Amino acid sequence: MAKSNAWVEECNDLALKVREHCLRMTHRGKSGHVGSMLSMAEILSVLYKRVLKVDPKQPKWAGRDRFILSKGHGGGAVYAVLTELGFFPEDWLQGYYRDEGRLMGHISHYVPGVEFSTGSLGHGLPVAVGMALAAKVAGKKHRVICLMSDGDCDEGSSWEALMFAAQHHLDNLTVVVDYNKVQALGHSKDVIDLEPFAKKMEDFHWAAKEVDGHDVVAIDAALKKLPFEKGKPSWLICHTIKGKGVSWMEDTVSCHYGCVNDAQLAKALKELGVE
Amino acid sequence: MRTLFNKVLVERAKKDKRIYMILADIGYGEIEPFREAFPERWYNCGVAEQNMTGVACGVAMEGNIAITYSIANFPTLRCLEQIRNDVCYHNVNVKVVIIGGGLAYGALGVSHQATEDIAIMRALPNMVVFCPCDFAEAEAGVHAMLDYDGPFYYRCGYKKEPPVHDGPIKLKLGKSIQVRDGNDATIIFAGTIGNQVTPAAEALALQGINCRVISMHTVKPIDRKAIVAAAKETGAIITVEEHQLNGGLGGAVSEVLCDECVAPGKFLRLGLPDKYISKVGGHEWLLDQYGLSAPKIEKTVRNLLTK
Repeated sequence: MAKSNAWVEECNDLALKVREHCLRMTHRGKSGHVGSMLSMAEILSVLYKRVLKVDPKQPKWAGRDRFILSKGHGGGAVYAVLTELGFFPEDWLQGYYRDEGRLMGHISHYVPGVEFSTGSLGHGLPVAVGMALAAKVAGKKHRVICLMSDGDCDEGSSWEALMFAAQHHLDNLTVVVDYNKVQALGHSKDVIDLEPFAKKMEDFHWAAKEVDGHDVVAIDAALKKLPFEKGKPSWLICHTIKGKGVSWMEDTVSCHYGCVNDAQLAKALKELGVE
Repeated sequence: MRTLFNKVLVERAKKDKRIYMILADIGYGEIEPFREAFPERWYNCGVAEQNMTGVACGVAMEGNIAITYSIANFPTLRCLEQIRNDVCYHNVNVKVVIIGGGLAYGALGVSHQATEDIAIMRALPNMVVFCPCDFAEAEAGVHAMLDYDGPFYYRCGYKKEPPVHDGPIKLKLGKSIQVRDGNDATIIFAGTIGNQVTPAAEALALQGINCRVISMHTVKPIDRKAIVAAAKETGAIITVEEHQLNGGLGGAVSEVLCDECVAPGKFLRLGLPDKYISKVGGHEWLLDQYGLSAPKIEKTVRNLLTK
């Protein structure tokens, strides 16, 4: 479990802040996908606090690490992190999914700090692969990290891309999977079972690891040394819980599309201890 | 034309290290010079067009020019959402090249006939749609494509197409080229069907019907000025395309005529009907079957103008 280091506290605080923002944003916008945002709060906090080299003052800095959120429906959580890091003013969150707002429901590159827009699944990894390939050819040192979901791994284009990445030994590329095991119409084991997930990835010539995706120390430890194996792209499976942090949402299909009403918002914030 | 395309591309790639070729296991006998000259900028994604387009997008986002290249519908329809969401939405420097538009690969069947590509590509914001008619336009078009910063669709011929233009041309994207002048009507075409249109226009001229002939090599952005002038000055417009009538060149020309309120007295769109091709045969034979050979075009235009 988490040690009481300052950075651990910082990461957990940021994850909590992300959850609070996401609940408030989806409540205001009467929008769905909050469960998909809650499951990746710790992943995002570790990525942005401990792994990614990015500069809020220069979002387009050439030496930045490239981060692509392929599960674009969870974009609200990335917006929350970016505003906390100072990429754009916090009041932009007020306009998430609302008339005259600046933040559309699915992640958009119109927003400072967002590398790439997604929303239709299976698009992030091929582009991340292209970026990693170009970086290798140009001898550049930045990393490319792509955050995917269970549903993302159903898409054929994701498999096309991951086979290509292994073929070309793109060890500057890392995939992190927010493996919350729930997709739009059911639990992933009942829709398209990805298991044995890690073994499958090893068989496809990726170096794979598995961690508890809500344990910031474990995520940090896994991503501390990249690539996992020289000459292979890295695949980190983060075991997470959809809707994590809000008791009645956890591991439910309904929190994929469901909106948060006034009473539920108050109850959820109380559970998180941020009311 | 495809051989010329690859030759010019290699020449440019010698001088420009940003140029990458990202393929999907198509191009045998044509793409080898690029692979041999620039192995670090040549990638075969296997039979995986969605990944080809996504990878090209990622490569181009790192400051490069990425060419995707395949035949007929494979680099367009198979990966249309990648072209829309990844390439066009982000306005990335990816060039989508098809070999063999229309009925070029006729006898291979419907899967290999690109007959809706112009309509679909021109519906995408940020996309340029370019259809060269002969080697002169093809060569100038490669340079124009590479000099243009943004998404670009290049509909390339597949064989040794005869010349449409007599001499050297000056090609500018969005500016059509007048192939011959005339006052009785204007025939506007896009792409290699031009080599059926020009003999038809010459035959009509011998019968006293003088048609202006325009090569609309850039279907998007289209040359509005030339269309308006043709309507006003010749009073009749016929469009000819190796493509379905829905949303193609004829559709684009009609949009301009209506937008500008300059409908000509006579207007006719020649192209493929709203159904899949059921006849089996080679390119030239199929063109004739569907009314797009030089003699058929000549007859149709004559009937329109003399009735």
